[in-house]
Amino acid sequence: MDFAVVINNVGFLIFQGFLGLGNFTGGTLRLAVPAIIFGFILGIFIGMGRLARSRWIYLPATLYVEFFRGVPLVMVIFWFWFIIPVVVGKSLPEYSVALAAFVIFEAAYFGEIVRAGIQSVPRGQAEAATATGLTRAQTMRHVILPQALRNMIPSLVTQCIVLLKDTSLASIIGYVDLTKAAQIVNNREIRPFELYLFIAVIYWLCSYGMSRYARHIERRLAVNPA
Amino acid sequence: MIEFRDVDKWFGSLHVLKRINLKVSGGEVVVVCGPSGSGKSTLIRCVNRLESIQSGEIIVDGQSLLDPKFDPSKLRTDVGMVFQSFNLYPHMTVLQNITLAPTKVKGLAAGEAEKVAKELLDRVGIPDKAGVYPANLSGGQQQRVAIARALAMKPKIMLFDEPTSALDPEMINEVLEVMTDLAHDGMTMVVVTHEMGFARRVAHRVVFMDEGQIIEEGKPETFFGAPQSPRAQQFLGKILSH
Repeated sequence: MDFAVVINNVGFLIFQGFLGLGNFTGGTLRLAVPAIIFGFILGIFIGMGRLARSRWIYLPATLYVEFFRGVPLVMVIFWFWFIIPVVVGKSLPEYSVALAAFVIFEAAYFGEIVRAGIQSVPRGQAEAATATGLTRAQTMRHVILPQALRNMIPSLVTQCIVLLKDTSLASIIGYVDLTKAAQIVNNREIRPFELYLFIAVIYWLCSYGMSRYARHIERRLAVNPA
Repeated sequence: MIEFRDVDKWFGSLHVLKRINLKVSGGEVVVVCGPSGSGKSTLIRCVNRLESIQSGEIIVDGQSLLDPKFDPSKLRTDVGMVFQSFNLYPHMTVLQNITLAPTKVKGLAAGEAEKVAKELLDRVGIPDKAGVYPANLSGGQQQRVAIARALAMKPKIMLFDEPTSALDPEMINEVLEVMTDLAHDGMTMVVVTHEMGFARRVAHRVVFMDEGQIIEEGKPETFFGAPQSPRAQQFLGKILSH
């Protein structure tokens, strides 16, 4: 075993493959972080839509969730890769296509987490807020969502970890993420064991870091349980 | 102040309120009692439109709840409600629980709302708990905060839905005392409760319900002294025997 291959290529693997800094586009975090942020924001609307009274809102929201949960992510990435050029008339860079696919796909999962979180807040909370004259939007914003968010943390973290690792699927359209970067180095150096062990450690550290951080937030918020 | 005219309500196929006619005047304290499932809670939840009715009419403070121009949010600022399970917001301090609606609904400045909140906490006997989270309060204290939260909107009517049913026995009195004070200050109150001592001492009128109907109503001394209907006699016999 010779980890010199990792040390010699650490700049490419970390800066290019993992962080996404450098000349050509790529990067696991550069894709995962905005995908989590925008996917979650879209997911909040999907999740609330699933609970809406009007069927014109909840039916499309439900359809959205059921559809994207029922198809593989790789397939969604492929679609976007082949369909966007047809619709828009020009091809978009790998990064935009991958980000769009992740946001839209993950929003279905985030939406379900948001829905479950909102439903986990006891009905009496909304009733108390309504009884003091708060509108539905105010009740949601000041009373329900803050409590729902706290209950969502464990599932949210799991989903973020899954998303982070799934970014490696973007390599099928040529996006250079950490896995793809390792593959590129390996094609030249033929040191699969060292390289793939190294990236495994990076993925694991990220995931473990996220779950530790989540536990920290949960504990901080749990000071005043219901 | 509150008037029910031939009100009917169903939950699906379950007929929960049957032909309810009831009038509550300003300053009056009405206790609603009866066996569980008799529709007492549903009755008062109709007053602030937490429940809607299928037929009949409810008039609150001169306004019909069926009026197309009717604004539920405006109604709810005039009608305060206290729940069996307190329903305080666990993620907010006592002070924030009380100031939320006045600042968001009435647009009161934060400082002004806090001043009102502190006066109310003083009134319900827990002035030192403003910065505390609900989880760190006893049940009786939580319910008193809930009363203060409802009063912060300066309502004309207060509805109480079994306010002491979830409390340990030694905490019931502290809540009843606050309610008694409120009644003596002239608040219009409709109280669903099993506290017959409170009904006897404070209520102007007792309404007895069973199976969605008002079976009997009258002054507390008449109702407790000589209930007319067999159903009320049976009910009182059961709850007053120990």
